Amino acid sequence: MSTESHGFNLKEWIFTTDHKRIGILYLIGSMAAFSIAGVMALMIRLEQSTLGPTLVHDVATGGSQYNVWLYFHGAAMILGFLIPGLTGFAANYFLPLMIGAKDVAFPRINAFSVWLFYAGIIMALLTFVIGDPPDVMWTGYPPYSLLTSGNTAFYVFTVHLLGFASILGAVNFLVTVIYMRAPGMGWNQLNMFVWSTVTAFVIQLVFVPVLASAVTMLLFDKYLGTHFFDPSQGGDVLLYQNLFWFYSHPAVYVILLPALGILFEVVATFSKNMVFNYKAAVYGGMWGIVLISGEVWIHHLYISGMPDWIRIGMMVSTLLISVPVGLLAISLFGTLYRGAITYTTAMKYATACLFLFLIGGLTGIPLAMTVMTVHLSETSFVHAHFHYIMGIFATFSVFAGVYYWFPKMTGKMPGEKMGNLGFWFNFIGVNITFFPLFIIGIEGMPRRYWNYEMFPQFEPFHKIATVGAFLVAIGMLLTILNWIISAISGEKSVANPWKSVSLEWTHCPNPPGPGNFPKDVVVSADWTPYNYGR
Amino acid sequence: MKGRMVALAMPGLLLPGVSWASESKKILDPVADWNHLWNEVLIDLFLMGGVFALLAIYWLIKYRATSPDQVGRGPTLSRAQAWSWAMVPAFIFMADDFFLAAKGWTVWNTYRKVPENALEIKVTGNMWYWTFEYPNGVTTTYAYDTKEGDGLVVPVGTPVVLRMTSNDVLHSFGLPDYRVKEDMMPGRITYIWFNPLVEKESWVTCVEFCGTLHSQMYSPVKAVAPAKYDAWLAQKKSTL
Ligand code: HEM
Ligand SMILES: [Cu+2]
Ligand SMILES: [Cu+2]
Repeated sequence: MSTESHGFNLKEWIFTTDHKRIGILYLIGSMAAFSIAGVMALMIRLEQSTLGPTLVHDVATGGSQYNVWLYFHGAAMILGFLIPGLTGFAANYFLPLMIGAKDVAFPRINAFSVWLFYAGIIMALLTFVIGDPPDVMWTGYPPYSLLTSGNTAFYVFTVHLLGFASILGAVNFLVTVIYMRAPGMGWNQLNMFVWSTVTAFVIQLVFVPVLASAVTMLLFDKYLGTHFFDPSQGGDVLLYQNLFWFYSHPAVYVILLPALGILFEVVATFSKNMVFNYKAAVYGGMWGIVLISGEVWIHHLYISGMPDWIRIGMMVSTLLISVPVGLLAISLFGTLYRGAITYTTAMKYATACLFLFLIGGLTGIPLAMTVMTVHLSETSFVHAHFHYIMGIFATFSVFAGVYYWFPKMTGKMPGEKMGNLGFWFNFIGVNITFFPLFIIGIEGMPRRYWNYEMFPQFEPFHKIATVGAFLVAIGMLLTILNWIISAISGEKSVANPWKSVSLEWTHCPNPPGPGNFPKDVVVSADWTPYNYGR
Repeated sequence: MKGRMVALAMPGLLLPGVSWASESKKILDPVADWNHLWNEVLIDLFLMGGVFALLAIYWLIKYRATSPDQVGRGPTLSRAQAWSWAMVPAFIFMADDFFLAAKGWTVWNTYRKVPENALEIKVTGNMWYWTFEYPNGVTTTYAYDTKEGDGLVVPVGTPVVLRMTSNDVLHSFGLPDYRVKEDMMPGRITYIWFNPLVEKESWVTCVEFCGTLHSQMYSPVKAVAPAKYDAWLAQKKSTL
């Protein structure tokens, strides 16, 4: 993967300010987080494969073991894998290439942010080393997070480090897109992925500080004796949940938007087609989401005892998210219309994503309806819903992206045979894992339960789900192995193997050297990254 | 803000469906209302999802490239077409949203309006068990390890309202068989009500993460004939 000819040099990687190398560092870090969190998922699934204790031995204390796995799984998947994978890796490597820039606006801040990210990952990994690991779930609700003997501070510092890394990234990329586009490149000529990153970073910049303050208040309450969340001392128990979801609902769009952005690139390239109704998708869809994202957080507090008027009000605003999301879906599906589709591994992941998006998105509709959620909330229905949209859809879009840009990053072609095999294991596996959870969720299987002895009828469903999880594990191993093998000994790629017309393929070598483009890029008024000239 | 204004503007749309207008005669059955709404929502989802899914499958098959150099021939939209392709779907989605919101609000009103004759039971959450306090001072509980205690016992035919709070951390009172749940917190009182219409034994599970024994925090919920309930309560009272 080295950009210079003289081979691998660790020092160069550590002190690099090159956005491409920083992107690769983000990819490696986030895949590491994904793998460890994935092992936790297998432990969780094994535990749930039987009614009572499976891996856990001591019933009275064993719960805390499970809770630590679940804490790590949730926190690492979201904060350590998806957000850095999408906005760290993909944005870092490809956004400057797509707009014809030589680097990002502040390369050193960029380098600082990737090392903050690694510090965050290490902080999260300390969970497995310290004697009193955090057991507060990735949501960290007080009063439990204040009363627990688990070390909530590690949770807080993990959020701080990863959040700070992300804010630096946000400033950097927004400035880069505003000031460093190639001469001639207008706003309506940007790649969908660029727009999706811009909108995601706007959300990040507005909302991350709120999360950071919420967890800092936890720290103060637990260790410094303040009472922000303690009602017996004049505090408010619900304040944390409001602040947390004021960030964390928009955060799902920080994941959704770049994931969709990658899919637009992959679908447009492998359909050799222009994006259907580009402006509606960008201005109505993406910016529409930014606009609404801050007014819906109460749908995570439907059963928290909020006043009725706000539960109904935010039911309406939450349902209205279907408008921008629907526009994006029409645009994405419409890009297939009269295309010339070829099915590479990247395109297979993208195709799978179309259906995962439907399942994940539509199951969100009952969850948006207050009265439906009064039953469905905190059951495995929710757990299945968010895995379809985040756990699978967004993850598959990262995989689609890695396959799509593999020749760009390595100069080698990704192995199609093993890629294909990995894809089918993954796709079949995830559905076997998560579909049964919808069914038992409607019947009332509670979330975050390792012990469900009161519901013996759910056991077969959990067993099936566990089998599915192991199929996924095989698929993931094949996929990661395939990347490593192909990067080392893959077939050499031609300059533009997918015949894309986007700048990262047409104007720079594989992989691009320092400065990215051999000649300065200038684009004409009729150029677009999707103009396949019919 | 926007959502709230829309919500305030909606009662006009809803009036025909508001169920508590005729409350005195009809037996209130939020479970049936929930199940009915669920079926309607499912139909809605399958219709919307079906259109997208079938179109996608058709296009994915039909528009496969036949030669390596083929390029797509997707339509270039005129200004008017582009606006229509944004506004028409937007209005369809919005119409569906308001339709679902109105339906949901109707059932929600049933959920939040406690019937006047409801039996009130106080519930307190602790790590990791509940105590139930009946109007005559009797309290019950249930222990997961010994499986001893009555849990929640209620008479069939009387709506039950639970006034809930917590002594320590957040818990949540989840009654899957009655399609309702709500969190319990220190320093606040929340409520839910349900209408046990048939004799049966079900479970309440704690559904807000509350620590080590969160998944051991459950109790039986027994809906029994009124005579049996009275006898049970009297017997409990006598042993106080
Ligand atoms: C195939 C791989 C995966 C499997 C088998 C899996 C399995 C699970 C299981 C069994 C739970 C907990 C269920 C419970 O006790 O209620 C869980 C929770 C969770 N998972 Fe996954 N998961 C996978 C991938 C992912 C991915 C890729 C993400 C996100 C990006 C993710 C995010 C989460 C989150 C946020 C939670 C909630 C944790 C909490 O309740 O605090 N998972 N997962
Ligand atoms: Cu949300
Ligand atoms: Cu609990």
